[in-house]
Amino acid sequence: MKVGIVIFPGTNCDMDTYHALKIVGLKPVYLWHKEHDLKDVDLVILPGGFSYGDYLRAGAIARFSPIMREVVDFANKGGYVLGICNGFQILLEAGLLPGAMLPNITNSFICKEVYLEVLNNNNFFLRRYSKGEIIKMPIAHKEGRYYISQKELEELKENNQIVLKYFGENPNGSIESIAGIINKRGNVMGMMPHPERAVELFLGSQSGINLFLSFLDEE
Amino acid sequence: MGVFGLREEEIKHAIKVLGREPNDLEWSVISVIWSEHCSYKHSRKYLKEFLTKAEWVEQGPGENAGIINLGDGYRIVFKIESHNHPSAVEPFQGAATGVGGIVRDILALGARPIALLDSLRFGPLNKGRNKYLFEGVVGGISFYGNCIGVPVVGGEIVFEECYSSNPLVNVMCIGLLTPDQKSYRGRAEGEGNLLLLVGAKTGRDGLQGASFASEKLDEEVHKKRPSVQVGDPFLGKLLIEACLEAASLDGIIGIQDLGAAGLVSALSESARRGKSGVELILDNVPQREENMSAEEILLSESQERMLLVVRPEKIDKVIEVFRKWDLEASIIGKVISKERFVVYFKGEKIVDLPTELLVEGSLIFDPPYTPYEVPSISSDLYNSIKEEHIANFVEVLVEDLLIKESIYRKYDYSVQTNTILPPGLGDSAVLRIKGTNKGIAITTDGNGRYCYLDPRKGAIYSVAEACRNILCVGGRPLGITDGLNFGDPSDPKVFYQFREVVKGINLASRVLEIPVVSGNVSFYNGQGENTIYPTPIIGMVGILEDINYLITPGFKKPGNLVYLIGDLSWLSLGGSRFIKDIFNKVVGDVPWVDLIWERKLKLFWEEIRKEKGILLSAHDVSEGGLLATFLEMAFWGNRGVRVDLPDDKIEYLVGEGSGIVVEVEREGEREFLERLGKYALKAIKIGEVTDNEFVISPYIKTTLSELFKRR
Repeated sequence: MKVGIVIFPGTNCDMDTYHALKIVGLKPVYLWHKEHDLKDVDLVILPGGFSYGDYLRAGAIARFSPIMREVVDFANKGGYVLGICNGFQILLEAGLLPGAMLPNITNSFICKEVYLEVLNNNNFFLRRYSKGEIIKMPIAHKEGRYYISQKELEELKENNQIVLKYFGENPNGSIESIAGIINKRGNVMGMMPHPERAVELFLGSQSGINLFLSFLDEE
Repeated sequence: MGVFGLREEEIKHAIKVLGREPNDLEWSVISVIWSEHCSYKHSRKYLKEFLTKAEWVEQGPGENAGIINLGDGYRIVFKIESHNHPSAVEPFQGAATGVGGIVRDILALGARPIALLDSLRFGPLNKGRNKYLFEGVVGGISFYGNCIGVPVVGGEIVFEECYSSNPLVNVMCIGLLTPDQKSYRGRAEGEGNLLLLVGAKTGRDGLQGASFASEKLDEEVHKKRPSVQVGDPFLGKLLIEACLEAASLDGIIGIQDLGAAGLVSALSESARRGKSGVELILDNVPQREENMSAEEILLSESQERMLLVVRPEKIDKVIEVFRKWDLEASIIGKVISKERFVVYFKGEKIVDLPTELLVEGSLIFDPPYTPYEVPSISSDLYNSIKEEHIANFVEVLVEDLLIKESIYRKYDYSVQTNTILPPGLGDSAVLRIKGTNKGIAITTDGNGRYCYLDPRKGAIYSVAEACRNILCVGGRPLGITDGLNFGDPSDPKVFYQFREVVKGINLASRVLEIPVVSGNVSFYNGQGENTIYPTPIIGMVGILEDINYLITPGFKKPGNLVYLIGDLSWLSLGGSRFIKDIFNKVVGDVPWVDLIWERKLKLFWEEIRKEKGILLSAHDVSEGGLLATFLEMAFWGNRGVRVDLPDDKIEYLVGEGSGIVVEVEREGEREFLERLGKYALKAIKIGEVTDNEFVISPYIKTTLSELFKRR
C-alpha cells in the first residue's frame, strides 16, 4: 500500500509516523499542506502535532488548507484516512467524523501511557487486533475530551463506530471513555492515542504495530 | 536611551579605545553588549580555567553550544541557559521564551533539537507569588516544548525559601547531528556575503532585556514587563524546520540565533568570530510595528529570529525555503572585511564601531570576595530527632514522587520516539539514537543548599552526582554544560561563592575527565535583601555505545542482593533534605566527597556496564539519603526491599553522601565483588529485594501497597 503523511505547518509527529511505517517495511511519502496532489496514495495519515499552532481551536485552521480539500474528496470516494491526535481533531473539524474535542477535564496537557480496549476490530484499520483486546500506547494532548450529542452517540453505538475506548482510567474525561471512532463506511478513523509511539518494545509498548501492519496486506 | 547601566570607568574606557565620544545610539549599542548578560565581565576571567578539550569534543565554549562526538558521524550538541529574570516578572512567557531561546542556540549549530531538560527552583508554594510563578513556569515550558515537538525528558524541581520571588529557570537543550548533516558556527566571514534575517518580524518587545537581566530585581518587578519577550512556539517550530532544510543546502557560511541584545549581539559576535565586519541596512529589517526607531530595531529582542550568512549566488535558493514555510527572509546587509559594526538607517550611517570593542573590549571586573561562616548542626537539634520525624519524612518523600510524576505528565516526553527512560523514572533520561545501536544519557544536577554551606565542595558534589547519574543508567559521561546562578557579584560573599563554585567544577571536571563544552552565567538573582543560594546546575551528557548497556533503577527480582557501593560512614546530615524538611534548617558540613574514589567508581562502572546481567538495577544516594534511594527503587520497580542498617546512627538512613545502591543476583555476586576489588572500591551488602515488604530495620516496617496506596 502507498501511504501518504500530510505535513501541516506545526505538525510534529510526521517523522515518528514515517519511522513506524518504515519499521513495518513501508515507504511512505510526505504530502505538503499547500499542494493539491495526493501522489496516488492508497491511504492518507493526518499525524499529530499543533497544526497552525492550534490557534483558534485544535485542528480548526488546518481543515481549510489546500490539501484537505483533496483529502475530503479522497475520503468521500472511499479512500482510507487515519487521523492521529491532532489529525483526529482535524477530521472532526473537517466533518469527516462526527463529534468534537474539548479541553481535557484536567485542563492541562497530559502525556502518559494509557490502556485501550478494542471494541470493534471489524474494520480495515484494526482487523489485526482481536475484539476486547487490551492494548497500551501513549497519549499526548491538551484537547482530547471527545464530546458528541446523545442522539449522535446512540447512532455511533448502533453502527459500532466506537472502535477504541480508554480502559480503566479515562484520562481526559471523554464521553463514554471514547478514544477512537470510525465513520459508517469504515474508511476514515480517528484516534487520540499515538500508535506510532508504540511500535518498539524498548520504548514501552509494541501495541501500535498491528495497526501499521494492516496497511501491508491490502492488495 | 544613550548610556545605561555602565560605570564611569567603562564610559571612560569606551571613549579612550574609540578615540572619540560615541553618539547616543552607539552608547545604547555599547551599553547592551557590555551588560553582564552579554559580556560576562565578572565571570569571563574565571571560566577560562575550565577543562574544555577532549578527544571527543568537537566544539567547546565560545559558540552557541558545544558539540561532542558519538562516533560513526553522529554528534550531540548541547547547552544550558537560564531565563530567571523574565520568569520572575512574567513566568509563563519568561519560561516559554527560555525554551525557545535555547532551542535556537542548538539550531544555530545546524542540529535538530531532540530533547529538553528543565532545572527549576521556586520558593515554597504556600507563600506569596510562588504558586503563580511555579504554575506559570511549568505551563510556559509545556506550552512551548509540546508545540515544537521536542520532548521534555528530565530536570529537577526544588523548593527553597531563598528562591521566593526569584525563581531559577534553567533549560538545557540537546541536539543531534546525523552523519549527513553539516555543523555550523555563528560566523560572518567572506566579504560580500549576505546577512539574511529569517523568522519573525521585529517588534518592540524585549527592549533592554539583556540589561534588565544584568541588574537586581526590585519590588517594582512587575513594571519590567515590557522587558520580557513573547514567545510563539508555532513560529518556533516553523523556524526549526525551515532552518534545518536551509542548512542542508550549499552556500551557508554561518548561522547565529538572535537572543539577548538582538541584532547587536548576533551581528557583532558573528563578525568577531569570523574576523570580519558587518554592514547593516536597518530599513531592510521587517518590522511588526510602525515607525520603529533605529534603536528599537537594533535592540529588540523579538523571538523566533535567526541570522544566516549566505553566499550571494545561493541566496535565492535559501530564501525560497523560508518562503515555503511562510517565514520572513530579508537581506539586511553584508559582510565587510574591515572589522567594524556599521549600521545605516534612512540613508545615513548611524553606527560605526570596531567589533573588537564590542565583543571582547569590555572591562573585566574582579571584585573583592570574602568567605563566610555557616552554622553547624547543634547537638540540641541532633538529639531532638525522634521516630515520628522519620515517619513524616517518609510521607514527604512519597508525596514528592507523586508530585513529580504529575508534573512530568504535563510535558510531552515521548514525541520523536526516542525516549527509553522517561523523566522522573531514573537518575538520567535515556534516548536512543535512531539508525544506530547507540543511546545517550542526560541529566541535570544542582544542590543549592550544599553550595551555600560550602560552595567549592557543593560544586564538586554536583559534578560527581551528575557523573554517577549518567553511570547509573549505563552511560559513560562525555561532557558538561554548566548553568551558574548567583546573586549580586558586587557582594563579596557572592563573589566568593562564584569563585569557589568555579574552582569546584573545574577540579571535579578535570579529575573525572569530563570537559565543560558550554554554559551560562546568571548574576543578580534575588530581590532586595534576599539573595539566592549559589546554584550551579550541572548538565551532563553521556553515551551508551550500545543501548543494551541500559540499567534501570527499579528493583527487579525478589531474592536478589542489595549492595551499597560506598560507605555508610560517608553519609551526613549536613545540608540534608531531612534536616531542611523536618526542622527547616540548612546547617552543617556538606557530605564528604572524594574525587579519587569517584574516578575509580567511574572507571569500574564504564567496564562493568558492558557485562549484561551483573548490575540489575542501580540508583545513586542523593537527597533524602538511603531512605529516598530505597523508596524510589521500590516505587519504580514495584518491588519491596528488606534492609538491615546498624542502629547507632540516623545518618545511615537519611544522611546524604556519595554512593550507589545496586541490585545483583546471587549467582553474580562473586564476579561483582571481584571486579570491585580490582578497582579497590568498597561495597557492603545491606539487604535483599522482596515482593511487597518494605523494611529498613530498625526504622521502618511496612509494605509497598501501604506506602504508595495513593498511586
